[in-house]
Amino acid sequence: MVSLANPTRFLSLVDRMVPWLAAVTLILLGIGLYLAFFVAPPDYQQGETVKIMFIHVPAAWLGMFGYVLIAVAALGTLIWRHPLADVAAKTAGPIGATFTFVALVTGSLWGKPMWGTYWVWDARLTSVLVLFLLYLGLLALWQAIEEPGRAGRAAAILALVGAVNVPIIHYSVVWWNTLHQPASVFRVGGPSIDPSLLAPLLVMALAFTLLFILLHLISMRAEILRRRVRALQQTQVERAALVEV
Amino acid sequence: MPDLGQHAVFILAAYGATFVAVAALAFFIVEDDRKQRRLLADLERRGIRRRSAGPSAKPKASTGRQRGS
Repeated sequence: MVSLANPTRFLSLVDRMVPWLAAVTLILLGIGLYLAFFVAPPDYQQGETVKIMFIHVPAAWLGMFGYVLIAVAALGTLIWRHPLADVAAKTAGPIGATFTFVALVTGSLWGKPMWGTYWVWDARLTSVLVLFLLYLGLLALWQAIEEPGRAGRAAAILALVGAVNVPIIHYSVVWWNTLHQPASVFRVGGPSIDPSLLAPLLVMALAFTLLFILLHLISMRAEILRRRVRALQQTQVERAALVEV
Repeated sequence: MPDLGQHAVFILAAYGATFVAVAALAFFIVEDDRKQRRLLADLERRGIRRRSAGPSAKPKASTGRQRGS
């Protein structure tokens, strides 16, 4: 595990993992979509709109997962100052933001036929919107500061401050009266969803999670290479300046 | 395609939006990865490589500083 902290060994592992991970992800996505559209029955209350759950719920989970990953990596940046921690945090930002965006859009499209409105300022929806805004803030911060080390430390502080929002999202349906339904998978007493709907949901969740990991690994590889290119270009400029002197 | 009922437009819009967002994300990530590999390979072809990357080392495995051109 410690050897993976070496960027070169990490790159070698990513090169070996990506094709296999891509294949497994595509197969699982195919199985998940088949189960969602051809096997899962309509819900007794929500009818066919329950199919939106198979993408909305995994996207929401991964939106939060991405932020937790950034917060843990932020600790690695601030405490151990490890460059891979900063790379992991920075590259998880766009992926987590995209999944949070998907959760907001699909939730809105699910809300209209079920609640009669695309949006309501209740605790769950608002806290997820805050999560999306936190992602945008982090992305802006990484873009605004050119030197990766400084950008990483500044973003790490913001990420840790914003991490307080994650438990608020999770418990918002418990702490406040919301239009959003309470947790129905990860709850005391086990899932309350019928197995015929739970199975496609879990397959899609696993497929989305593998997709997140796959995109994150490729993005981390690109970021490590970007920093190497930047370092080589800087060295080249410095050498050129020395020759001129 | 199974019958999606009276709310089919919402279901299809949700899946469509998800596909577009995730496909765009994947496209940008893969293109960025290719671009960085190309840039690094160009630098190394010009003899600009990190110290620990010997002449026979693969571009991705280079870890040292510039070796001089």
